[in-house]
Amino acid sequence: MSVALRLTVNSRTVERTVSARRSLAEFLREDLGLTGTHVGCEHGVCGACTVLVDGRSARSCLLLAAQLDGATVTTIEGLTPGDGLSPLQAAFRDCAALQCGFCTPGMIVTAHELLAEDRAPTRDAIREALSGNLCMCTGYVNIVRAVERAAAALRGERA
Amino acid sequence: MKPAPFTYVRPKSLAEALGCLDDDGDAKLLAGGQSLVPLLNMRLVRPTTLVDINALPGLATISPTPDGGLVIGALVRHTDLLASPLVRERTPLLAAAAAHVGHRAIRNRGTVGGSLAHADPAAELPAAAVALDATLTIVGPAARRTIPARDFFVGPLVTALEPREMLTEIEIPGPVQRGWGFAEMARRAGDFAIAGVAGIVTPAAPGRGRSSTARLVAFGAGDTPLRLPGAAALLAGQPIDRALARAAGDVAARECTPRDDVHATADYRRHLVGVLTEQVVLDCAARLGS
Ligand SMILES: Cc1cc2nc3c(=O)[nH]c(=O)nc-3n(C[C@H](O)[C@H](O)[C@H](O)COP(=O)(O)OP(=O)(O)OC[C@H]3O[C@@H](n4cnc5c(N)ncnc54)[C@H](O)[C@@H]3O)c2cc1C
Ligand code: FES
Ligand code: FES
Repeated sequence: MSVALRLTVNSRTVERTVSARRSLAEFLREDLGLTGTHVGCEHGVCGACTVLVDGRSARSCLLLAAQLDGATVTTIEGLTPGDGLSPLQAAFRDCAALQCGFCTPGMIVTAHELLAEDRAPTRDAIREALSGNLCMCTGYVNIVRAVERAAAALRGERA
Repeated sequence: MKPAPFTYVRPKSLAEALGCLDDDGDAKLLAGGQSLVPLLNMRLVRPTTLVDINALPGLATISPTPDGGLVIGALVRHTDLLASPLVRERTPLLAAAAAHVGHRAIRNRGTVGGSLAHADPAAELPAAAVALDATLTIVGPAARRTIPARDFFVGPLVTALEPREMLTEIEIPGPVQRGWGFAEMARRAGDFAIAGVAGIVTPAAPGRGRSSTARLVAFGAGDTPLRLPGAAALLAGQPIDRALARAAGDVAARECTPRDDVHATADYRRHLVGVLTEQVVLDCAARLGS
């Protein structure tokens, strides 16, 4: 079965017909070429596929593209400025908060949601917010540091 | 991973949704998808029709009732439950339970109705619903019925819902149940609990000769949210102190029925239920100021 869709992805209107069983993650990567959204476990556990749907974080492996008619989706590409890096991305680079980078898009989307609501999160709040995002490489310490640094930058402080 | 093929429908009314269930005996409702879609992806379930209920009107609301309770629609997301001042004021136990469900991205999509209907024995909201003595409203092809939460959970992932029925709302009775406690043990924030306990202690009504009562419910410690009647009976009518809480914990550990699985042994779960019951009972008492 196929389903006709019209939705907004990274501020662009997209119209497509998709198979009912296409996940949002596959739709983004394979139909729209937005390969910044990574796919790890495909059952909601690793967080690599996290995107924003109508402004809230969601696992794109646990959504069907068919469900998103009329929705607004933002991926890591949509959170990246036309030139340069966002404060979160710059902080991840500066703090060596990524090694292979597989988890990074999901980490940044998740941290983006946190910082949109709380400009001065405690270290515990950051750890809690990122608890659903698995990283095989870094050991997390630098990721938490990067989010602290980005929060400081967004508050206009130097960290 | 790819689910087996299915037909996708997104009804706009309750009647239409029930009609879809009627048309295909192998149809399944899709709410937040946070439990169902993993099962689809792994092909552990293969419904032939997915009935997406996210467009149904009126099921995502939280409304106060005159007795001081709440009616919560099946499509209320965990995140919205947590953000609701009404929920924090009137059913603080439910807010505490929802805070332990998964991670933010899971809570943003997952729904109250989905969590109850999925009936994972280690899930928080089913246990909280039983502890709060909630009533669930179910609609089906013929009629609408209500069922107490304590009778709704039948076994692991099995409820009193018939195949063509849908859960529409959950009512938590007033007045506000202030003597609440909630505790769980999980390996990491957001994981399903290895075991947990939810409790309510209701104080004696002054001048009415009724003594205090307690409801204690363990999760991750049996096939369903498990009431702990022996431990609760010990508390009835008694002033709660550390020794009594400990004694209740001992009874709770004996009366729960956990199993071994990959996450923990039954013995460890039994131990946890004892310790967590003691803690929850003390928390209930502290909140009542007794
Ligand atoms: C990584 C991860 C961690 C998680 N951690 C936890 C946790 O710690 N604790 C916890 O409790 N849960 C946890 N969950 C599950 C989550 O809470 C789900 O949101 C919830 O169990 C199901 O809600 P849903 O709305 O997503 O339901 P769905 O997945 O859409 O549906 C689940 C089942 O319920 C049925 N159903 C849904 N709505 C209705 C209805 N209104 N009437 C009748 N049947 C209905 C569906 O047909 C399906 O069989 C986790 C999930 C993930 C992916
Ligand atoms: S790929 Fe979606 S959470 Fe792992
Ligand atoms: S940097 Fe490799 S998984 Fe996180």
